[in-house]
Amino acid sequence: MSAATDRLFGKPQREAFVTPIITNNPIGVQVLGICSALAVTTRVDKAVVMGIGVTLVTAFANLAVSLVRNHTPASIRIIVQLAIIASLVIVVDQFLKAYLFELSLELSVFVGLIITNCIVMGRAEGYAMQNPPWLSFLDGIGNGLGYALVLLLVALTRELLGAGKILGVTVLPLVTEGGWYVPNGLMLIAPSGLFLIALLVWLLRTYKPELQEKD
Amino acid sequence: MEHYANLLVKSIFLENMALAFFLGMCSFLACSKKVDTAIGLGVAVVFVQVLTVPLNQIILKQLLAEGGAALGASVARQGRPDLPRLHLFIGTIAAATQVVEMAVDRFAPKLYATLGVFLPLIAVNCVILAGSLFMQERDYTFTESVVYGVGSGVGWALAIAGMAAVREKMAYSNVPDGLKGLGITFIVAGLMSMAFMVFSGIQL
Repeated sequence: MSAATDRLFGKPQREAFVTPIITNNPIGVQVLGICSALAVTTRVDKAVVMGIGVTLVTAFANLAVSLVRNHTPASIRIIVQLAIIASLVIVVDQFLKAYLFELSLELSVFVGLIITNCIVMGRAEGYAMQNPPWLSFLDGIGNGLGYALVLLLVALTRELLGAGKILGVTVLPLVTEGGWYVPNGLMLIAPSGLFLIALLVWLLRTYKPELQEKD
Repeated sequence: MEHYANLLVKSIFLENMALAFFLGMCSFLACSKKVDTAIGLGVAVVFVQVLTVPLNQIILKQLLAEGGAALGASVARQGRPDLPRLHLFIGTIAAATQVVEMAVDRFAPKLYATLGVFLPLIAVNCVILAGSLFMQERDYTFTESVVYGVGSGVGWALAIAGMAAVREKMAYSNVPDGLKGLGITFIVAGLMSMAFMVFSGIQL
């Protein structure tokens, strides 16, 4: 590998990008960004859009916060971060309204709520304030993808078992439409998101026992 | 009057912020280990919510709406009156949180010490921003926004107090290792949320 690519994609860069996807997953391990993970996972398309939105906002918020980190006085850093994040969220919101209007109506307040999504704020405060721009950008993308992965897993399960479909395409033909599958009503209501995430956390912590909590 | 009573009941039980919309989950999970802390945070959230939802309603209707004051007029001229709303909402929220923080520090220093970092974090608690966003989406009037602020705050406080009570009792149960802490708390929250779904059968 040449020196230039090594500087861009060396070990610390790969680590910043890869660890948040599973081993330091924002939802399963850092306990950040739970709210939206539960509310937008009834259908796969909603989860995908939300995952992309959060990934972009986290990545660019990290980049911007990191660029101004040496010029931001500690006492007003939260306001600076919020202003950066809010501006990015408005971009995402306007983009969705322009190109995916139907979906933006269904996501309703949850796009605006990306501002207070703890992943964005948590990574800006916890990572971007101490690290150079490129690393922060990768960290943002990694965390966004880790979040999107959990969202996607939960949404796949919920849409498949709750409606027999994936992305609106029938996979399990429903009894009401002459098929054989009786949909699981639990998957359509909100609490199932909590149960599924609990199961994911359980799986992750059985696979990596060092993450278990002692009480 | 009946309309407002309905709105209050609806925002506390039917549309409970924590258990129906899963908002404010971070502090809901982190601050629900003890009942006193949970109630303290709940009360603080109610305060901030009651302050910010009506304040943002005024900002939205008086400053940003067409035919409003100077700021609204200049933004409306560009044809995008909704653009700066998120900045203004979050600004109001940050200011109100600061006020509540100073008040708690002055009048309840013990609670201030227990809540620690979660008090300033109310500023980024999704319950608060969601209150203002729902207010905008549903186009509430000023009185409605006051009632909605009270209701959504109280609903969240109720939920976190209940959660803390369950977790205090759960200290005596034998939970599988992988589920300890976060996992089992999710499951409890899920069960509580299912219990709250009973309210959706109420005809208002």
